[in-house]
Parts: sequence; C-alpha cells; structure tokens
Amino acid sequence: MAAKKIAIIGKQCVACGRCVRECPLGALSIYKGLRARVDARRCVGCGKCERICPAAIIEIRERQVAPHAEKALV
Amino acid sequence: MQKKRWYEYLWIWSSVYLILGFFNILFAWLGLICFILPLMISIVWGNKAYCNRYCGRGQLFELLGGRLGLSSNRKPPKFLSSPWFRYGFLTFFMTMFGLMLYNTWLVVSGAPLREVVTLLWVFKLPWNWTNTSAAAPGVAQFAFGFYSVMVTSTLLGLITMVLFRPRSWCVYCPMGTMTQGICHLKHRKDD
Repeated sequence: MAAKKIAIIGKQCVACGRCVRECPLGALSIYKGLRARVDARRCVGCGKCERICPAAIIEIRERQVAPHAEKALV
Repeated sequence: MQKKRWYEYLWIWSSVYLILGFFNILFAWLGLICFILPLMISIVWGNKAYCNRYCGRGQLFELLGGRLGLSSNRKPPKFLSSPWFRYGFLTFFMTMFGLMLYNTWLVVSGAPLREVVTLLWVFKLPWNWTNTSAAAPGVAQFAFGFYSVMVTSTLLGLITMVLFRPRSWCVYCPMGTMTQGICHLKHRKDD
C-alpha cells in the first residue's frame, strides 16, 4: 500500500456531476445517480474537483492505495 | 481542444425559455419538459444523467458564474447540502406547486384569470401584455403559475450563484433532490 493524495467525496454529495466534467484524468464518475466516486489509481489529487464542487464536499486527503489493485474506488 | 457536444449548448434553451415568457406566457408549458425528463430518466434508467449532462439551467449558471465571472466562488454553507434542508426545500417547493395547481383548478371552475407572475412566491408582477386569448383560461392560468415557478427558481439560482459557487443551485434544486431520491429507492441494495 502506498500513501497518495486523492479526492475524498463527502457523504452529502448531490451527484450533480460537475466534478466529473472537471477532472482532467477521468478519475471521477457518478455511481448510479447516488454520489460521485473516485478511481484512486487515476486521481492525482490536483484539487480541481475540490475547487469546483458546488456543495464543497470534496477534500484532497492522503489515503493508502494498493498500487496493483485493478480498481480502487473510493 | 475537445469538440463540444450538442447537449453542452442547452443553456441556450434555458435562456430562450425565459425570454419567450415575455412574449407569450403560453410558452411556459414547454418548461414541463424540464420536469418530466429528469423524472423519466431517473425512474427508467436509475441515474441522474439529466443533472449530469442535459440541465440547461445548470449550464447557464456555469456560464454566467464561471466564464463571465459573476460568481464569488465562495464555499456554500454546509446546511445547503444537508438532507433536511434539501428535502425541506423540496417539500416547500412541491407545496407551492400544489397551490399553483389548485389556483389553476379554481380558474377552470370559473374563477377569473389572474394575469400575474409571482416572484419568490410573494411578489406579484402584472403580466397582462401577453395575449392569452388563444387558450382556455385554465390553460393560461397554469402557464402563469408554471412560469412563476421557473422564474423564481432561476432567480434563487442566480442569487446563490453570485453568493457562492456557480452551480450552487444544483445543491438544493428540488428536481435534483427528487431524482437522487428516486435513484436511492431504485438502488437500495447498492446504497
């Protein structure tokens, strides 16, 4: 497991999808209209989504991410 | 640069809709598309594709607040995205919508047509320059009521756009809350 800075989506996500369009690496997606989720392998913690989120519920924090995991969705 | 898709221009539809109401209030009926489509998408496909891609109003706020710089870009208060506020606002919004339908029913039953557009549920603007003779009084009354709902929500969105981030309206938009609620119900097991 390696520590890396990634976007963490708060519980009060309204699933508007603004962050999905902003992410330059396609690391974000809307999961079944419920909330945004992050592919931790793709996310580089640039903070673009954090700055744009209309609800301000995204934070960039350090997380342990398994480097060889096929997908690491947070 | 990535080529823009057709749905990225839907802000034009939202702007034209608001303008059309100044010329003929009956165009307000077209706004039902913005009510029915998101509900249909969430009920049939169980997602928020309307909010995510096709919401012209959200795009308009993004354009005005983002590109034109009319937004202060401040973080909105936490309560705005809390479930009690979102569902509370949805309840209030639907109650006012129900009252509007009741007023329409009164006109259908013979009460006189009220040619006013009500802003923020309180301020009544005379709107008697639009010709409604082509439609039955009930049809016209619904148009006045529905246009009031649309202008009021746009106004609220513009206020929160200026005060906070461009798409702050999306945080407490009643349609967004409703469609997310439907998605929660549809995907109970995954939730």
